[in-house]
Amino acid sequence: MARELWKGNEAIAEAAIKAGCRFFFGYPITPQNEIPEYMSLRLPQEGGCFLQAESEVAAINMVYGAAGAGARVMTSSSSPGISLKQEGISYIAGAELPCVVVNIVRGGPGLGGIQPAQSDYFQATKGGGHGDYHLVVLAPDSIQEAVNLVQEAFDIADAYRNPVMILGDGMIGQMMEPVEFVGVPKRQLPEKTWATTGLRGRENHNIINSLFIDPAVCETHNQRLFKKYAEIEKNEIKVEEYNLEGAEIVFAAYGTVSRIVKNAIKALEKEGIKAGLIRPITLWPFPKANFLKAADMPSVKAFMSVEMSMGQMVEDVELSVKGKKPVYFYGRTGGMIPTPKAIVEEAKKILGGAK
Amino acid sequence: MAVVFEKTKGLTEKPTHYCPGCTHGIIHRLVAESLEELGLLDKAVGVAPVGCAVFAYDYFSCDMQEAAHGRAPACATGIKRVHPDSAVFTYQGDGDLASIGAAEIVHAAMRGEKVTTIFVNNAIYGMTGGQMAPTTLVGQKATTAPLGRDENHCGMPLRISEMLATIPKAVFVERVSVHDVPNILKAKKAIKKAFEIQMKGLGFTIVEVLSTCPTNWGKTPVEALKWLKENMVPYYPVQNFRTPEEVK
Amino acid sequence: MTHQIIMAGFGGQGVMSMGKILAEAGLKEGKNVSWLPSYGPEMRGGTANCSVIISEEPVGAPTVTEATAAIVMNRPSLDKFEKDVIPGGNLFINSSLIDKKATRTDINVYYVPANEIANDMGSGKIANMVMLGAYLKVANAAKEDTIMEYISEVFSGKKASVVPLNKEALKRGADCIK
Repeated sequence: MARELWKGNEAIAEAAIKAGCRFFFGYPITPQNEIPEYMSLRLPQEGGCFLQAESEVAAINMVYGAAGAGARVMTSSSSPGISLKQEGISYIAGAELPCVVVNIVRGGPGLGGIQPAQSDYFQATKGGGHGDYHLVVLAPDSIQEAVNLVQEAFDIADAYRNPVMILGDGMIGQMMEPVEFVGVPKRQLPEKTWATTGLRGRENHNIINSLFIDPAVCETHNQRLFKKYAEIEKNEIKVEEYNLEGAEIVFAAYGTVSRIVKNAIKALEKEGIKAGLIRPITLWPFPKANFLKAADMPSVKAFMSVEMSMGQMVEDVELSVKGKKPVYFYGRTGGMIPTPKAIVEEAKKILGGAK
Repeated sequence: MAVVFEKTKGLTEKPTHYCPGCTHGIIHRLVAESLEELGLLDKAVGVAPVGCAVFAYDYFSCDMQEAAHGRAPACATGIKRVHPDSAVFTYQGDGDLASIGAAEIVHAAMRGEKVTTIFVNNAIYGMTGGQMAPTTLVGQKATTAPLGRDENHCGMPLRISEMLATIPKAVFVERVSVHDVPNILKAKKAIKKAFEIQMKGLGFTIVEVLSTCPTNWGKTPVEALKWLKENMVPYYPVQNFRTPEEVK
Repeated sequence: MTHQIIMAGFGGQGVMSMGKILAEAGLKEGKNVSWLPSYGPEMRGGTANCSVIISEEPVGAPTVTEATAAIVMNRPSLDKFEKDVIPGGNLFINSSLIDKKATRTDINVYYVPANEIANDMGSGKIANMVMLGAYLKVANAAKEDTIMEYISEVFSGKKASVVPLNKEALKRGADCIK
């Protein structure tokens, strides 16, 4: 198939359908509306079901019901809507249901704005709802990568019985780029013997549940969840290292910001400054080892996290670097987008100070 | 010796945690018997609420999901849309359905979700210890209305069946009670009918069941049944509000 | 060569579709492209803009802060984006609706009476294609033939009658560049 120009939101929706997603429950919010709109047209053509829920709260609980019934199911929203969905996401993580949640992030807090932001890093990676749990969080930097990751997300969700979040900023949702729908390698997935399909001849009833009223049982459940998370950390980390060799400064950036940083790296090169980038593609699990390794490189003088937030991922960078090198932060927020020029200036300031 | 009565296959062997005199046990049995008699146990999926019936997933022998507080109709929507041939029901109390889950029940009814809701109305929050519910009667005492519900402070009790009966796709709406045997028999009929209508795919069905809470009402089981009859029935009339033409 | 173009105007002036047509043509020619719109309520009747990148190299940031060209269809767009054109870059001004001159002297400025030409052709809606024609004459971001190939694909069947109109608009725009 030839490369075609696709709008990010629509490409994400089509990728989900190609991955076998047949159920979508959502609620309108800018800048992700093209996802439900596209699904409302396409899912019936595929024998699936699109439903516009009365709220984000209802939508995520419809996802819970459908995932518990054994379906491949997705919902999408943007930051304030994701806040509303957090209750349901916690239940889904607790009941170990596979699903994909797309968050096309806009500026906050509160109603904030509708322009691109990355200020949902915390609510995506640190467990935005109550309790001890993790989502797998995938952060594409282009429409092509979004398409590939959405397809893989369903397999990851099914493999671990865990919700997966696609975290894209407003640019990922709204821009158009060439896309080729190449199938991602399919995984060997266990049968969903746990799903509530109705007994249909099965002897014991299946229960989808996140309630463990006995503290000892609840603790055991949590410990089992964290064994699973350890397995995910071992197997599922995705990261891009760019231009690290001989780098004096290593940037940390994800999503579209990483592309702006790459422009800055090229500009710094012209001025004779070697800079590199570590781009986490999985924000959880976080590629800690890559940062630690870079911290041990003699050429590296400092790290700088560049984000469209007031500084959220920078905390994970600091934890990963373990104090071996200084970690700086540069960010724009509320829908403002960092420019390569500003990043170059910040880097030069840091290196000037570090010398 | 001839068998004259058997426990329904729709319930598990698990002893329930309900308080002595609580009518949840009766209502569970009516639902389970209805599913069994209609041959639906093999394709039924129930959704338990948050509230006293939170452990219902252990008591019904069919597949079950446990929903977040108030969200059972949304969960049921997800299940039914995935398995349209299944018999899906929610079992919810008045705090769950009429307060925190008011939006979900109204919109499930609006969409005409082909599910059955068993709405157990005992005019109080049971599990959390007797707080005021949207259905608590005026003057009725609750731990968060120690002097009794004051209508000027927190309004009049919500009549859910009357409200839902205004929604076109809520095709079967009936209020029943379980305070005596004749009413229990009527309740069984209504529940069974609701499932039949669901399986015909006609729309959303709900049976509101007036129920007792001796513990939080501070009454003996017998006093509670009497209180229900004398106080709840006058405000919440026991009647059918809507039945589709097809099954009349 | 990396073409980084800002296109801006009122909602309804066809700014977004002008950008999309250019990006589609770039893609047809095997280049790397991106199209990033401004979005939200301001699109509906307010100012709209999009950033298009066409490059032999993989596209870095999809945002354009150092534009090789800006096409401005109305006055607020000129005020907003004139500063973003790099020295030696090109600025295309819709002189039908903008009576102000550019203030920069380190860039090439082209005045195109796009609405007058479009009205003269009998369709005010086609002003965007007039501007695109002018742009293509100056910058070789995509070939006119590729643009027309794409337009012929989009407008087929009953709508095919608008294809010659688009071709004429591109030509009339190009003719403005001396």
